[in-house]
Amino acid sequence: MEQRLANTWQMTVNEKKFIETALLSDLRVDGRRPFDYRRLIIKFGREDGLSEVQLGHTHVMGFVTSQLVQPYRDRPNEGTLAIFTEFSPMADPSFEAGRPGESAVELGRIIDRGLRESRAIDTESLCVVAGKFVWAIRIDLHILDNGGNLVDAANIAALAALSTFRRPECSLGGKDAQEVIVHPPETREPLPLIIHHLPIAVTFAFLGKDNIVVVDPTHYEEAVMGGRMTATVNMNGDVCAIQKAGGVGVMHSVIMQCLRIASVKAADMTTKIKNAVSTSLYAYSPQVESYKTERSQRMIKRHTSTAAVDVSEPSHKEINVLLRHHLERSTIRSGELIASSSNAMEIETQLSEQDEKQRDGGARTFIGGPSNWDPLSKGVDSDALKVSLASRGAVRANTKLEESKIENLDVFEQSHPLADVNPVPPLHEVAAIDLQTKGERTLKDAVKPKHKRKKKPSSKTDAS
Amino acid sequence: MEYVNPEGIREDGRRPLEMRHLHAEIGTVARADGSAVFEMGNTKVIAAVYGPREVQNRSQQLNDQALVRCEYTMPNFSTGDRMRKPKGDRRSTEISLVIRQTMEACILTHLMPRSQIDIYVQVLSADGGTRSACINAATLALADAGIPMRDLVTSCSAGYLNSTPLLDLSYFEDSAGGPDVTVGILPKLDKVTLLQMDARLPIDIFEIVVQLATEGCKAVANYIHEVLLENTKQLEYRRGL
Repeated sequence: MEQRLANTWQMTVNEKKFIETALLSDLRVDGRRPFDYRRLIIKFGREDGLSEVQLGHTHVMGFVTSQLVQPYRDRPNEGTLAIFTEFSPMADPSFEAGRPGESAVELGRIIDRGLRESRAIDTESLCVVAGKFVWAIRIDLHILDNGGNLVDAANIAALAALSTFRRPECSLGGKDAQEVIVHPPETREPLPLIIHHLPIAVTFAFLGKDNIVVVDPTHYEEAVMGGRMTATVNMNGDVCAIQKAGGVGVMHSVIMQCLRIASVKAADMTTKIKNAVSTSLYAYSPQVESYKTERSQRMIKRHTSTAAVDVSEPSHKEINVLLRHHLERSTIRSGELIASSSNAMEIETQLSEQDEKQRDGGARTFIGGPSNWDPLSKGVDSDALKVSLASRGAVRANTKLEESKIENLDVFEQSHPLADVNPVPPLHEVAAIDLQTKGERTLKDAVKPKHKRKKKPSSKTDAS
Repeated sequence: MEYVNPEGIREDGRRPLEMRHLHAEIGTVARADGSAVFEMGNTKVIAAVYGPREVQNRSQQLNDQALVRCEYTMPNFSTGDRMRKPKGDRRSTEISLVIRQTMEACILTHLMPRSQIDIYVQVLSADGGTRSACINAATLALADAGIPMRDLVTSCSAGYLNSTPLLDLSYFEDSAGGPDVTVGILPKLDKVTLLQMDARLPIDIFEIVVQLATEGCKAVANYIHEVLLENTKQLEYRRGL
C-alpha cells in the first residue's frame, strides 16, 4: 500500500484479527479457499485491442495502440513494447492523480518483465525497415477499481488486449522502396501480433505469524499481509518472472510450492483467456456473425435451462461434453464471456460425483450395451441416443432431480438465466424411459401395470 | 555468443560458481549515523543511514512503528555511457521500493515508533549486481548505525547462460538477455526475503539457480560477519577496552 497519505484507509485491529483467525481454519473472508481465484470476467470493446477485466471487485482496462517509430540504436531490427499504468484516484483513495506512485511503477515493471524479457511478443516481426521504422506497441492499463491483486488483473487485461489487437499492414513503396505506406484497415486486413506464449501472473500473499499462503488477495487481505510474491509463469511450465520485493521472509520450500501452484493456475487462466478471445473474435467478424447467431439459436432450442457458470465457450464439439455434464451454458451476448474461477474444478469434481450417483441409480435399469437378457436387442449407443433425444427436445419434468439440480445451482454462482424454465432432466433417466418403450416388450412388461410409469424413481429401482 | 568457454572459464576469468571479489568498509560517511561502502568486483556502492530520527513529514508518521524510507540513485558517471536522467526513472523507483521493503522486513520497527529511518544508496560504479550490492551495503550501514535488526540481509545474483548456472553476474553477462535471478536472504533464519527474476526458465532449472544464488548470499553473509567483527574490535581498541 502507498506509504503516505492522510486519507489512507486504516484497518481496525478487529478486522485484522478476524482475517488472521479465519485463515487458521482455512477460511477466507469472502468464502474462498486459500488457493481459489475470484470470479473472472473478460470483456472486449468494439475496437481491436481494448479489453476490460474484472477479477472479483478489481476492475482494470487495457488498451493497445501502435505507432511507427525509430528503433533503439542497439536493437535496430526489433520493435518496442512499452507499458503505461494509470492509477486513477477513483480506484482507491490512496492513489494520487498525476505522477505514478511506487506501486504503479512496480506493477508496470512486473508486467513489463513478464512480457518483454520472456519474449512473449515477437518483436522482430514488428520491424518494417531495419534501423529506420519499427512498430512501437504501447499498452495502457487503467485501474478503475482496486479490489486487491491489481497485478494479476492488469496482466490479464494486457494479455487479452494484445491478443485481440490488430496492427495495420504496411508495405514499402514510393521512390526506391524507402517510403512506408501504412494501409488503413478498410483496404487491407490488419494483422495480429505474434504471441509465442501467455505469461500469467499469479500473486500470493503471506498472512499471519505462520505465513499462511493465499492466492489472489483481496484489498483487506493486502492490508494485513506480511509479504507478497508474484510469480509469472506460462502454460509450458516456464517461470517468466518472479517478484518478491522484500516483505516477510519465507522458506525456500514454500517458494517452490508456490511456483507449482502458480503453474497449475496459469494453465487454467490461459485457457480462459484464449476462450474469451476466440469468442470475441467470432462476435465481430461479419462472415461468422450469422454462423454464431445461428448456432446460438440452435442452442436455445435444444437446451432450455438456466445457464450455469462454467469455463469455455460453446462449440459444437463440446455439446456432447455439455450434455454429459447435465448443465448447459450459452453465451449470446456478443463478446462477453463469463468464466468462473477454480470453481470450474469444483464443478467438475462435483459433477462427476453426481454422475456416479445417478449412474449407480440408473445402472440397474440402463446399461450401455446389449441387454443381456434379450438376445435380439442390438444395444444402444448412449452418446447417439443422447444427441437424438436432445434434438427432439424431450423434456420431462422430474421433480426430484429438479430439486437436486436447483440445489447445486445455488451452491455455484449463477449467471443470468437466458432461456427459461424447464430444466433438462438427466438424460440417463430419459434414455432409460425411452429404452423401455423402444426395446422389445417382454413378459415382464406385460406383467407391470401401466400407471406405474408415473412414479419414475420407484420404477427405476424395481425394473431390472 | 560464448559466455562460458569450453574450459569452463567465464569472460572475466572466473569459474561458473565463483563469486567476484568482495570488499567492504564501514563508517565512510562521517555525518551519517551509519554508512558503508560495498564492492562486488567492479560494482561499487555507498550507503548512508540516518535514523532513528524525528519524522519530517508529520502526516506520514506511524504510531506503532518506525517509518523506513529508501532512495536509490545511480549518478551519471556510474555506468559506461553517461546516463541522461539518473533520478526518478522507473527502474530507480522500483529498486528503491524493493530495497525499502527488504530492509523493513528485518528492522525491528516496532521498537522505534513515531520515528524515521532513512537509507540512501548510491551506485558509484555499476558492473552488474547493483541491487545486491545495495542491499549488502544497506545492511552494513544499518548495523553501523546500531539499528536493531532481526538478522542481516544479504543478497546475490545468479544466472543461466550456455546451459550453465553462473553465480554473481557481471554487466556483460547480465546484458546477454538470459535469466537473472536476484535473491536476498536472512542467513541465520534461512529465509528468503527478496526474490526477483526475469527472462524465462523452466521450474527445475530455476530451482538450481535459486539455490546457487542462496549459497552466494551465505558466502556474502560470512564476509559481512567478518567485517562487522573486525569493526567492533577496532571500536573496542579505540575505546581502550
